[in-house]
Amino acid sequence: MYVAVKGGERAIENAHAWLAEERRGNTDIAELSIAQIREQLKLAVNRVMAEGSLYDPDLAALAIKQARGDLIEAIFLIRAYRTTLPRFGTSRPVDTAAMACDRRISATFKDLPGGQILGPTFDYTHRLLDFKLAADGEIPDAPLREPEPGDVPHVTEFLNREGLIEDAPNDETPPPDLTREPLEMPADRALRLQALTRADEGFALGLAYSTQRGYARNHAFVGELRIGTVPVEMEIPELGFAIEIGEVTLTECETVNQFTGSKTEPAQFTRGYGLVFGQTERKAISMALVDRALRWEELGEDFEGAPAQDAEFVLYHADNIQATGFLEHIKLPHYVDFQSELELVRKLRREAEASQLQEAAE
Amino acid sequence: MNAYNFAYLDEQTKRMIRRAILKGLAIPGYQVPFASREMPMPYGWGTGGVQVSAAVLTPQDTLKVIDQGADDTTNAVSIRTFFERTAGVETTTQTKSATVIQTRHRIPEDPLTEGQILVYQVPIPEPLRFLEPRESETRKMHSLEEYGLMHVKLYEDISRHGHIATSYAYPVKVEGRYVMDPSPIPKFDNPKLGDMAAIQLFGAGREQRIYALPPYTQVISLDFEDHPFEASKADHPCGLCGAKDSYLDEVIIDDAGGRMFVCSDTNYCTARQAAGHKGKDAA
Amino acid sequence: MQAETLSGGFATPAVEAARAFRSVMEAMARPGTIHDIRGAEPPAPLSPAAGAVLLTLCDAETPIYLAGAADCDAVRSWLAFHTGAPAAGPSHCMFAVGSWDALSPLSDYPVGTSEYPDRSATLVVECPGLASSGAALKGPGIKESAFLSLPEVQAFRKNRALFPLGVDFIFTNSSRVAALPRSTEVS
Repeated sequence: MYVAVKGGERAIENAHAWLAEERRGNTDIAELSIAQIREQLKLAVNRVMAEGSLYDPDLAALAIKQARGDLIEAIFLIRAYRTTLPRFGTSRPVDTAAMACDRRISATFKDLPGGQILGPTFDYTHRLLDFKLAADGEIPDAPLREPEPGDVPHVTEFLNREGLIEDAPNDETPPPDLTREPLEMPADRALRLQALTRADEGFALGLAYSTQRGYARNHAFVGELRIGTVPVEMEIPELGFAIEIGEVTLTECETVNQFTGSKTEPAQFTRGYGLVFGQTERKAISMALVDRALRWEELGEDFEGAPAQDAEFVLYHADNIQATGFLEHIKLPHYVDFQSELELVRKLRREAEASQLQEAAE
Repeated sequence: MNAYNFAYLDEQTKRMIRRAILKGLAIPGYQVPFASREMPMPYGWGTGGVQVSAAVLTPQDTLKVIDQGADDTTNAVSIRTFFERTAGVETTTQTKSATVIQTRHRIPEDPLTEGQILVYQVPIPEPLRFLEPRESETRKMHSLEEYGLMHVKLYEDISRHGHIATSYAYPVKVEGRYVMDPSPIPKFDNPKLGDMAAIQLFGAGREQRIYALPPYTQVISLDFEDHPFEASKADHPCGLCGAKDSYLDEVIIDDAGGRMFVCSDTNYCTARQAAGHKGKDAA
Repeated sequence: MQAETLSGGFATPAVEAARAFRSVMEAMARPGTIHDIRGAEPPAPLSPAAGAVLLTLCDAETPIYLAGAADCDAVRSWLAFHTGAPAAGPSHCMFAVGSWDALSPLSDYPVGTSEYPDRSATLVVECPGLASSGAALKGPGIKESAFLSLPEVQAFRKNRALFPLGVDFIFTNSSRVAALPRSTEVS
């Protein structure tokens, strides 16, 4: 005899208990601390902060722990927490020229004011498993050098002085806020950049790669990639001036793109821009390439039908929290819709069979 | 859960949603954009419905949550628990005693009444989306009342299959103006959409849209003169309560492919059984 | 700052705003019906009902136009303190409040665009009385017909002719609220 399924509530509770146990794993092994994750899995923490749109390394580390290392799940935890926070105000735009750089490289000039700083990069490591890490994590101290005094000017400024690159004047218009207003098309560049900086890293990487392989190729050079800390300042109305409220680590990438000119613009270099929380350079470079591809219209280029040029396609599909939620929702029961499809398919088949019989009889 | 506001959402978010609901009611069937928030459940799992419910609930409400017509499916349980915790409202499984009903994919069998609000969870609010993926284009089509594409699609079905091959999320026209997606309810439920005594609110979280049907609104399922709309369901009575007028789920009951049909609306079915109705498979 | 400015808001905002919204929503969903709405004590000349409507729906994101007598220091400071809503002229407001005469003519208010008809003003009309009699109403939300004491007929018919564009109305008097969406036919 059939008994309708009951007990969803108990099933959920039991699943949660099991999940907690699996998250902890073998209790003979020491538990991970938040500080360990924050310090030793810093790039994972950075990604969670960037795509979670919340700069808080400790919370990001907690989210990673709670999510058992599933970064999209961790990003989701951070987003859901972020949305409940009251908004006290808006910071002044940060000045990346005043960045205390840990890393600063240019692929377009061999040397330049401020110098090339390789910084803590995987770039020239040989990707050989380091079995010493499995035994002990002791590392020798890295050598120190005094930083050079003064700001580190942007490479693109040198090109701009010669008029060789499109001008990018300061724009004081307050940018729209993707998290407070529904996304609306067409999206201006500020809104596109906002969507890209919290876009899924893999999605941004794939799109950027596709432009390199010819789907809206835009000949990008990394004019400059810099990673470091910048102060964050906020105007306090009661004081009448801005005060520093903290500092954040950012990765900024400016690409210099070839441009042979169009109906409206002379031949000059153009720009792609990426700016992301934390040390996240794969993401920042991807962002810059996709930003440049999305600018086809304002630069008078042709729409080639490439995915990376299509703002609706990019912006509506770049958010991994939206994507994963909808993707995974097909796990939910759909038997009502499925039932109506069953009825329809049966009906169509019955009729097809009947008409075949009829034809055979005639 | 005291760290969170009544019904979870902060007041500013609720005001934004409430304004969208009022505009939705004023323009029946039109999709109002709203700045959907990240909720503590995934997009696609009812975040739109949850935000709408959170914006309309008062502490005096009695809430019912159904998924596929059932009160005890896991996601319905999860959402009901969420509101028990964050809004402290009474919950019920009885359609008749609920004041707010959040639903996924069904309209209850019992007719709803004037004091009630039905909140739908909507995955893809745009009825034209699968014909035209671009929001900028579909928005234009709605503004110009240009629904030819939809009729062409339905007519192509007829010429290919002899029928309109849409069995759920069947598009409707509201008050002769907007074509609307009724969410993935089976088309069996479509006739209940129009002239309903309750207020119907639709929330699509990921797609950032809210739309509404005030009570007693004219809602017509799209069709053609020579191929009129027909609501369909499995041609069986319910195996448990014997109902002939309810939407049925098909359940496979043994390895040999034996099957039976039972009401998808669990409350309707249990109430009928309690009143002494019996189907052929009932114990 | 005046004591009057600081007082008169919702005592328990989340709960009272939820109740007030349900009254407004029922009113908008069922044109011609009249509902109680409570919890606000705004300075004169705002009615408690209009005060509750504005507390429930307005904040820093919603420019308000104060028409006629409503445009006074007491109301301005009260709204600024309790809602943070910026003041605006009729052509840029999302909400407007005042008597029917002060709010007229309707041609000044945003009616939305064909792609975004929701981007239109909502007018909170302070009325000398509210009754389910007078102009006959037909349309969504109305079973057969309904009646409401409207200040006139012609302006609402003109507004209905703009559908799906148009403005929407909330009528307030004392502690009671009614509404008329643009979809209602008035005769």
